[in-house]
Amino acid sequence: MSEITHQPPDQQLLSLSVNGERHELLAESRRTLVDALRHDLGLTGTHVGCEHGICGACTVLVDGAPARACLMFAAQAEGREIRTVEALGEGPGGRELGDLQRAFTEHHALQCGFCTPGFLMLAEGFLAERPDATKEEIREVVAANLCRCTGYQTIVEAIDDCAARRRASVCEEGSCG
Amino acid sequence: MKPAPFTYHRARDLDGTAKLLAELAGSGGEPKIIAGGQSLVAMMNFRLARPDHLVDISGVEGLRGLRTDGEGALHIGALTTHHEVETAPGPLLGPGFAVLRDAMRWVGHLPIRTRGTVGGSLAHADATAEWCLLAVLLDAEMVAHGPAGQRRVAARDFFLGYYSTALEEDEVLTEAVFPRPAPHAALTEFAQRHGDFATVAAAVALDLTPDGGGVRGGRVALGGVDALPVRVPEAEAVLAEGGRAGPALYEAVATAAARAVDPPGDANGSPEYRRGLTRNLVARACEEAVSR
Ligand SMILES: Cc1cc2nc3c(=O)[nH]c(=O)nc-3n(C[C@H](O)[C@H](O)[C@H](O)COP(=O)(O)OP(=O)(O)OC[C@H]3O[C@@H](n4cnc5c(N)ncnc54)[C@H](O)[C@@H]3O)c2cc1C
Ligand code: FES
Ligand code: FES
Repeated sequence: MSEITHQPPDQQLLSLSVNGERHELLAESRRTLVDALRHDLGLTGTHVGCEHGICGACTVLVDGAPARACLMFAAQAEGREIRTVEALGEGPGGRELGDLQRAFTEHHALQCGFCTPGFLMLAEGFLAERPDATKEEIREVVAANLCRCTGYQTIVEAIDDCAARRRASVCEEGSCG
Repeated sequence: MKPAPFTYHRARDLDGTAKLLAELAGSGGEPKIIAGGQSLVAMMNFRLARPDHLVDISGVEGLRGLRTDGEGALHIGALTTHHEVETAPGPLLGPGFAVLRDAMRWVGHLPIRTRGTVGGSLAHADATAEWCLLAVLLDAEMVAHGPAGQRRVAARDFFLGYYSTALEEDEVLTEAVFPRPAPHAALTEFAQRHGDFATVAAAVALDLTPDGGGVRGGRVALGGVDALPVRVPEAEAVLAEGGRAGPALYEAVATAAARAVDPPGDANGSPEYRRGLTRNLVARACEEAVSR
């Protein structure tokens, strides 16, 4: 029979950089990044569903690349730049929707919205790496996340439209072609 | 669910990691290395794995990146992510190792590939993992660093069965070495949903005549038909006989492979279904390998 012991939990004093702000927190080692964001930092925009990497509701950017926040311990995020959906807002205090978020609204790319923060961060990270992505590539990338009510067509269209507008505005600024 | 409690350690260097692992295991603990966490954390959240110590090797220097050596072998550091291979600059992999880059689109999805590592895949040893299949196909050698120093293990001795490798509990996998270029190689697979682990995966590396129109030998490897990725000598014998590159030859190779395997049945497919997949996928992989 295994002995019952009462050891104090292993804790870490962490310093995390989230959306450009530094946060100090004391967390159990087994605290996942998504739980640290939601429960310790109050950033509840990032959702959590399956906790095993399948649904993508918890997708955030780690050093700019989309990653599952449920498959990372908060301690592993030290020294990295984390971005969550809260960083996509624009205007004073970030209270207005950003261009990608507006594209989702315009294209009806969400219904219940549970999956939306994950799709937004997936798309944000992907477009940063591949601003010229084709619709086909977008279609393949969004297969990473699950949406159970909207269907993917409008999500693909929203991302494609946002990418096209971003490309056009870069051209207007004269840094293309 | 939430993982069971554990003590977290940040490794600084290889010797320290091996020593720490040996100490923790020696005192009755169940330490585990964590790299990208894309398999381990999922298993911990399910409590299928309950290590009492995690040793995070992500800060250990020198385990990341791709390089070719003077003999033309490609060295891939254990901490190199799937996505880093997927986006490796063309000249680095050249035509000789392009098969590795092209196979990455089959590994999960982008957010998995940005964190999951080559070394983690090989050490985890899923029977259908693309890296394990590629290592077996191309005779890769795994370099392990333990308290007694370094050793190299050939792929055929490295994979022992379902999720089981020749790595000792105090050894760190530092790199995989792919010894020779394989310009006419391809990997293809089938899963119910793209991005899931494959039901069956097939990979071939062909030896073509100088004009590219004939086949004079090659290798065939399969994942998902056994507890570990396997080479298929019966199919390779057909390749060794050689012939004109074309559907007739691919069919003959595929038929030999489908006859040779004795696949398991599970929720993803019956043995017969897997045999049928084997046939189709081997033929497809041959065609893709020739057209490179
Ligand atoms: C939704 C989803 C889909 C996936 N689909 C696929 C797929 O289609 N194909 C595929 O191949 N994989 C797939 N994966 C798994 C993914 O490829 C992982 O990246 C990989 O299996 C493990 O790499 P890691 O760096 O994340 O390792 P970790 O999860 O950190 O570790 C895995 C195991 O390897 C050990 N380990 C890690 N690094 C070392 C080392 N350097 N030395 C010794 N031991 C080490 C750990 O102790 C642990 O036992 C998927 C994962 C998810 C969540
Ligand atoms: S909660 Fe992280 S992928 Fe589902
Ligand atoms: S909008 Fe409801 S799950 Fe996607």
